Amino acid sequence: MSVDIYKINPEFRDIMPKDIIDLEDNATWHATATKNRGISDLPDKKEILEEHSLCAGCPEAAALRYILTALPIPEDTIIVNSTGCTSLMFPHIALHTVHSLFGNQNAVASGIKRTLDWRFPDKTKDVIVLAGDGATIDIGLDYTLQSWFRQEKITTICFDNEVYANTGGQESGSTPKGQVFKMAPKGKVFDKVPMWELAVTSGCQYSVKLTASAPKKVAKVLREAVLVARELGPTYIHLYTPCILEIGLAANEGLWEMKEQDKERFESFRYVSPEAEEYLKECKAKGIL
Amino acid sequence: MANLGPADYSPYPVATYDGLYTPDEGKAMLLTEMVDEEVAMREVARVMLTSENATIFPGPQVLYAWSEEAKKKATLIKEMSEVLGAKMIPMYDYRPKYPKIDAEVEINPNHPNLTIWHNNIKACIFIGVHCHYANVALKIIRSETDCYTIGMCALSGHEDAMATIRDQHSEDLAKFIEIAKEVKQELGK
Repeated sequence: MSVDIYKINPEFRDIMPKDIIDLEDNATWHATATKNRGISDLPDKKEILEEHSLCAGCPEAAALRYILTALPIPEDTIIVNSTGCTSLMFPHIALHTVHSLFGNQNAVASGIKRTLDWRFPDKTKDVIVLAGDGATIDIGLDYTLQSWFRQEKITTICFDNEVYANTGGQESGSTPKGQVFKMAPKGKVFDKVPMWELAVTSGCQYSVKLTASAPKKVAKVLREAVLVARELGPTYIHLYTPCILEIGLAANEGLWEMKEQDKERFESFRYVSPEAEEYLKECKAKGIL
Repeated sequence: MANLGPADYSPYPVATYDGLYTPDEGKAMLLTEMVDEEVAMREVARVMLTSENATIFPGPQVLYAWSEEAKKKATLIKEMSEVLGAKMIPMYDYRPKYPKIDAEVEINPNHPNLTIWHNNIKACIFIGVHCHYANVALKIIRSETDCYTIGMCALSGHEDAMATIRDQHSEDLAKFIEIAKEVKQELGK
């Protein structure tokens, strides 16, 4: 089935809007494309989040676009997301997505991955969790860590904006120490939770911390994480996508904030297990990466 | 603000407040009455043939060629629209439409009444729409419009449709088309 769900029955082509016909004719699905989707597809491929309902200039929207361009097999990928700003974008994308309850995204993804492996043993199906820092680090910490302990073959991405943004600005576990927000006037009293390090100690095969300032870097990390998760075990990407509203920046200042943090709190962290390192070398040699 | 009916903001189908449930196997519902499938098919055909701007709303399960059954149904639905002289407006996905739906050429489960109002549709068939979105759309149409809704459902039917025929697969659609042709002849159309 997979990509067939985007093929219009010929009897209905005359009543379908142009957008949907374009999606069938020009979309960059793995099964029909001559080359893999990439960052260069961003400007003119409608299926890569043409529009969204986030704030103008929100770095999350840009980061999600980079991720969507990098999925190795988009039509066979299921993204599990959770409550938060990111959940506002998912109704707009042409992909299989599941909105879980707040925090239980890794448990839901574990079940989906296991079921797909059982139902389609001869097919590759990627399951990716994409949630904010509240869902990953606070409310869903238990489920997230447990899925890693169990070595579930899923990729977990945390869009870290360091705050509960769409409920007015409460501090999260990921907020840096001392930070003041509208609903956290006294300032955070303990340190930012180093989730990327917890990922390593909890059994992730691959854990990377970065900002969304460099699109190609985000795309590369995503592809690596998905490929490793497919073969070896859980992978984790901790991505800084600041909430420009909550930290008082203008719509065009998100990129500069991320570039600054590249050198500070989000200085690159990369852990790849020896097995994953070996596997990635093989992928590179085969031209998959 | 609009006045709320007895169903208020209940998540359940409005019709359940009138004691209506989905029909038993092999049966169909016509308004408040459970009847044989063939009786319902004749009445549905009559309504579609005699109502102003009768329209078929095909949903994703028949619009896209994801299975052999979907391909067969697509051919039959096209034939059905020709026999009934009905327009077709697709419900091709369920995303909320921003900034505004084009009610002339599409229908969306979140505000199906806009399409009904805009095109002055007095009878419609829902087919190939996933259960939960069909339920939402039918509930809104029932409460907001005077459109006679017909649910041609592959599973157990829809309470909120004025007529609901259940377990409709390709062979049943073929049967319906034959019945519609007879009714059309009887009506002298």
